[in-house]
Amino acid sequence: MSGPVTILIDGVEVSARPGQTILDAADEAGIYIPRLCHLPGLAPFGSCRVCTVTANGRPCASCTTPVTPGMIVENDTERLREMRRQIVEMLFSEGNHFCMFCEKSGNCELQAMAYRLGIPASRYPGIWPVRDVDSTHPDILIDRNRCILCGRCVRASRDVDGKQVFGFVGRGHGKRIAVLGDARLRDSGVDVTDAAIDVCPVGAILRKGTAFRVPIGQRRFDKEPIGADIEARKEKP
Amino acid sequence: MITKNGYRRIVIEPVTRVEGHGKVTILLDEAGKVARARLHIVEFRGFERFIEGRPFWEMPVAVQRLCGICPVSHHLCAAKAVDRIVGGEKLTPTAEKVRRLMHYGQFLQSHALHFFHLCSPDLLFGFDSDVANRNVLGVAARYPELAKKGILLRKYGQEVIRVTAGKRIHGTGAIPGGVNKNVNAAEREYLKKDIDQILAWSEESLAIAKQYTVDHLAEIAEFGSFPSNHLAVVRADGAMDLYDGGLRAVDAEGSVIFDHFDDQRYYEAIGEEVRDWSYMKFPFIRSLGMEHGWYRVGPLARVNACDFIDTPKAEAARKEFKGLAGGKPVNVTMAYHWARMIELVHAAEKIALLLDDPDIGGTELLASGRRRREGVGVLEAPRGTLFHHYRVDENDQIAMANLIVSTTSNNEPMNRAVEKVAKDHLSGVEITEGLLNHVEVAIRAYDPCLSCATHALGRMPLVVEVVDAAGCVVDRKARD
Ligand code: FES
Repeated sequence: MSGPVTILIDGVEVSARPGQTILDAADEAGIYIPRLCHLPGLAPFGSCRVCTVTANGRPCASCTTPVTPGMIVENDTERLREMRRQIVEMLFSEGNHFCMFCEKSGNCELQAMAYRLGIPASRYPGIWPVRDVDSTHPDILIDRNRCILCGRCVRASRDVDGKQVFGFVGRGHGKRIAVLGDARLRDSGVDVTDAAIDVCPVGAILRKGTAFRVPIGQRRFDKEPIGADIEARKEKP
Repeated sequence: MITKNGYRRIVIEPVTRVEGHGKVTILLDEAGKVARARLHIVEFRGFERFIEGRPFWEMPVAVQRLCGICPVSHHLCAAKAVDRIVGGEKLTPTAEKVRRLMHYGQFLQSHALHFFHLCSPDLLFGFDSDVANRNVLGVAARYPELAKKGILLRKYGQEVIRVTAGKRIHGTGAIPGGVNKNVNAAEREYLKKDIDQILAWSEESLAIAKQYTVDHLAEIAEFGSFPSNHLAVVRADGAMDLYDGGLRAVDAEGSVIFDHFDDQRYYEAIGEEVRDWSYMKFPFIRSLGMEHGWYRVGPLARVNACDFIDTPKAEAARKEFKGLAGGKPVNVTMAYHWARMIELVHAAEKIALLLDDPDIGGTELLASGRRRREGVGVLEAPRGTLFHHYRVDENDQIAMANLIVSTTSNNEPMNRAVEKVAKDHLSGVEITEGLLNHVEVAIRAYDPCLSCATHALGRMPLVVEVVDAAGCVVDRKARD
């Protein structure tokens, strides 16, 4: 393997390993690039496009684009922030998101992203799709109203749990997370110990019996905004 | 306007200073006398449908959206119902006391809001005074100290809620089988530092309400008044209990209609009548039938129905209050205000006791037991008895929901009050702003939360329809 390469993110020199993605290199340097579908430990997927940056002037998903020597990356510009806001607002409009009584509120990455990007409400009209809830499993629930199709559960079930419980079916507006084709969760072989249960960024896959157990003020994003953990890695000058 | 059959219909809408929306119609006959008067409530029965299929544990948080001014009552009532579903209705001492603290905080803030912001202008300036002044700003200008105390009483109640529920509105404190937090030492000290002041101000508010009632008894005794049955939750020993107990109904003379009735079977005691001219139901006591079974709920009913109050200052006030009718139920509509302030003092006394109770800092937060598919929660909300009833399917999803909110129980009494006032004050005279306001004052005594009573998901447009005796719509107005 050849030695490290250097890239510039918003004018800051960042050292990266060849083949590393822009997002991973930024993470290690303590630079936060907003993202929703990406989760360390799972294969990059590139579906949500929230992590879009420009690399040498061209927009690309930073979670799937490898670094090249001397690459010039723009991340925290108003144009990119505005584009991310639009994407996140479309995600809100596409599903049925009622943060005010969602049990994931305060622990939800979509909600936290909206706060971080400064989105008070979606500018796009809601589609209010009719989606279903599968609550047949004694310990696990899928509420498809809140699914953003990030595919984390699909990847975790396949690559970590070795099960393929979750998969995508349909296209466009009809696309949804299915359980073993069209099985009910109860008959899917999914288990509460599966990694796939814990990776959902929103309130779509939930463990029963945990709702609202953590009081307001002590939830994940009550303590710090999304991305603050990554920014904390930055070396102090 | 003149309707086809010659009635002149005067519409007052919306009733100002009542949270939510209502519409009053006064139907005059050809001679200009009041024939009938009704309070119409524009309802959107979306809520029960909306929660169908949702997981039952969402209910305590979701139903708070029913009402902008007493979300905590819905939160706790739904929690009581879902406690049954997880078999956790025997709460730990910590859970029960933290919930009660939250509940009394809600009473404090709600009763203070109503008394100072909504009704004190009427009491302090008189119903017929200039409308320009007869509002909370007028009170603030003429009685700045009083207005300040009102604001701070309310704020304290909201702080009690924030500490116990996590947020001032739409918190998450009560969960199936218990609570998600206790009250820690710092929070306890924070609330304790002002409680003596709050108690003192509550007593001052009580004194104002009492003095008003006593001084104006001659003029208000008949105002919007009528004999009625009264319904309230009481403790096993007959004490007032705002959070838990059995159902008691007494008639206008104080005779017991039913007592310590199991709240899980409320539907055996209470029926709900549908009338064609109103979307809101009319609950009634089954044993008395639809015609005679209507009843009042809220502060007046609770103070009338209980045998005693278990805090000394409120109990002393209750005795004085009952003296108004020689120990029998007080049926004066305007006495609601006095009764409400007795409860304000009771809530403050209860908060003071709980803040000295080590249990609120305990760590046993949750109880559970044998699962059930059905649960009923009943409690006394600031505006009266509140019922939440849920059935779940085998997958924990809501299959059926039935809610009777306080204002719905007071539907018939409010209609009676409007009609009584209209007959006494509007018949055959020129209609003045002051006279019209009498109607509003009578409704306001019940402190209705109209948007809540109608289960609205948001602000609904107002529609006015004029229907004549033959059933023809002769006029219609809509407002977005
Ligand atoms: S995080 Fe890169 S596309 Fe979703």
